[in-house]
Amino acid sequence: MTTGQKTFAAAALMAGLMLGVGGAAAEGLIISNWDGYMAPDAVEGFTARTGYPAELVLHATNEEIMGKLIASGGKGYDVVFVSSPFAEVLNNLGLAETLDHARIPNVANLYPEATTLAHDPGNTFSVPYAWGTTGLCYRSDLVSPAPTSWNDLLQPSDALKGKTTMLATDRWLLAAGFLAKGLSVNETDPGKLAEVRDALIAAKKTLLAYDDTTFYAKLVSGEAEMVQAWDGWCNYGIAENPAIAYVIPKEGSDLWVDTMVILKASENKETAYAFVNDILAAENHRWAAENILYKVPNQPAMAALPAELTAQYPNMAITPTTLLGYEQLRDVGAATRDYARVVSEIKAAQ
Amino acid sequence: MRQARSLVLMAPALIWLFALMVVPCALVLALAFFRRGLYGGVEYTLTLENLALVFDPLYAGIFLHSVRIAGLAALIAVGIGYAAAYAIAAMPRRYQPALLFIVVLPFWSNYLIRTYAWIVLLNREGLITQGLRLLGYQGEAPSLLYTEGAVITGLVYNYLPFVILATYAPLARLNPEIAEASRDLGASGWTTFRRITLPLTLPGMVAGGIFVFVLSIGNFITPALLGGGQFQMIGNLVYAQFLTANDWPFGAALSMVLIALMTGLLMLQTLASNRARGGATAEPRDG
Repeated sequence: MTTGQKTFAAAALMAGLMLGVGGAAAEGLIISNWDGYMAPDAVEGFTARTGYPAELVLHATNEEIMGKLIASGGKGYDVVFVSSPFAEVLNNLGLAETLDHARIPNVANLYPEATTLAHDPGNTFSVPYAWGTTGLCYRSDLVSPAPTSWNDLLQPSDALKGKTTMLATDRWLLAAGFLAKGLSVNETDPGKLAEVRDALIAAKKTLLAYDDTTFYAKLVSGEAEMVQAWDGWCNYGIAENPAIAYVIPKEGSDLWVDTMVILKASENKETAYAFVNDILAAENHRWAAENILYKVPNQPAMAALPAELTAQYPNMAITPTTLLGYEQLRDVGAATRDYARVVSEIKAAQ
Repeated sequence: MRQARSLVLMAPALIWLFALMVVPCALVLALAFFRRGLYGGVEYTLTLENLALVFDPLYAGIFLHSVRIAGLAALIAVGIGYAAAYAIAAMPRRYQPALLFIVVLPFWSNYLIRTYAWIVLLNREGLITQGLRLLGYQGEAPSLLYTEGAVITGLVYNYLPFVILATYAPLARLNPEIAEASRDLGASGWTTFRRITLPLTLPGMVAGGIFVFVLSIGNFITPALLGGGQFQMIGNLVYAQFLTANDWPFGAALSMVLIALMTGLLMLQTLASNRARGGATAEPRDG
């Protein structure tokens, strides 16, 4: 720490004390996850099964928890749920614990494909929790012909204009453009970024809205007829209206993976390992698949799913082999800033 | 000893203001002079590049666009609010408290809920469309939501009471004899309004308008919800820097410019309120 840094940190600490916001207390395990992303009784159940006290805190986005972890040097949390590019960042920053598989015997439940993921072959610092694709979710009773390409979203037919939405999060918004142009979802070349930006600005003029959270509800109400969606969230629409369908466009999808990471700074490593292991138990992990309708990379958990579920929600049946055929979003390092700027340019375009 | 007593009485408010307003603002502003770390976070090397970036055509353009939206919202709110305040002030005295009560009634519900209510009204399958269909309209549903108009409507709706309150006070305190004298001297109603009433209540209008402008330009919820993420205002840009781009220094630099702009305008507003107080012997109505 330089002197300037110390002064600043001291000032921040003062302000923190005055505001009464210390870091999370070190009593018991602190887990951070998205709201509703695991069983409501997952934490209580863990405490009941193992006797370890644990507390769940919530983050709304990857970036929110990353901001906290980077600011605190990984202190104050023991286990965090983040998407794979962010797990990579935690590892690059030296904040992620190098995993001792002997302490997570249930890692044997993972599909072999889930142990060779590009961001972390061998699960050295992250364990996958859920995985899936990003594609088009649409009203099969209103959209004809059925969409087959990302360009059906980026250059919609006249009938669909004003009735489509795209994801607002930088990486997925850009991914739609990259995939439509046959590029890598991790492309960083400035010329190609500019090309994708222009295509997405043109697409913006035909959009109803950018939407990360309520797109399936817009499909159900009929306000939108085709949306860019994560497969699991499309299922929430299908649950309310069976005419809603999901398709992976012919140019492909990204493979997104949400992971569990143990923080190196954790003072409760024993408990943290026990928690990750508990989640990977087939019956616990199955809860996520059955109730959140996201695919989980847990072989016995998926095998135990009722057949009606995969019949009603066909994307639950996408195989690990198919998933591995898609490129994962990776940490793009310094290009993250270029991505943010391109997205600002798209959002500011009139 | 009176001075000491005022100091003691003011101490809780001053400590509150210092700890929760001055210190956090100072910390945020200090961030603007450091470099962003590769993975977010802050590198403690001094730089002016964040402030320079604010004036990059892209970001300056977003600033100007925000100024335009906030300016339009302020103008429309002043137009509607002044007329409403004028009407209330012209009502018999005994009805006025009840009418003012109705004006502030929406503040009893949460800002987000009031904004969501507009989504329910304006969306393509919303109440307005359903109403039109009931009346026999058969055509394509109108696109009302997720437009710039929807954003401005939301801002005007939420901040209108501020204008009504700010302009009602000088209007109500206006000495009716001045207007009578003007009529006696042969001025028409319109001339009396233009030459007497308007100038005397102008400071209140300016104060109300600035209030709406300042609240609107920093707003990020309304453009996010009613604009469908398609209209980026400066508040959304600041939000994105802190919560998605993890570029705290640039977010701080943007906030710094925004705070400077707001401070300048609020000083103008104070000036206008002071004139209103002097000019029409109106009581100040803050907030």
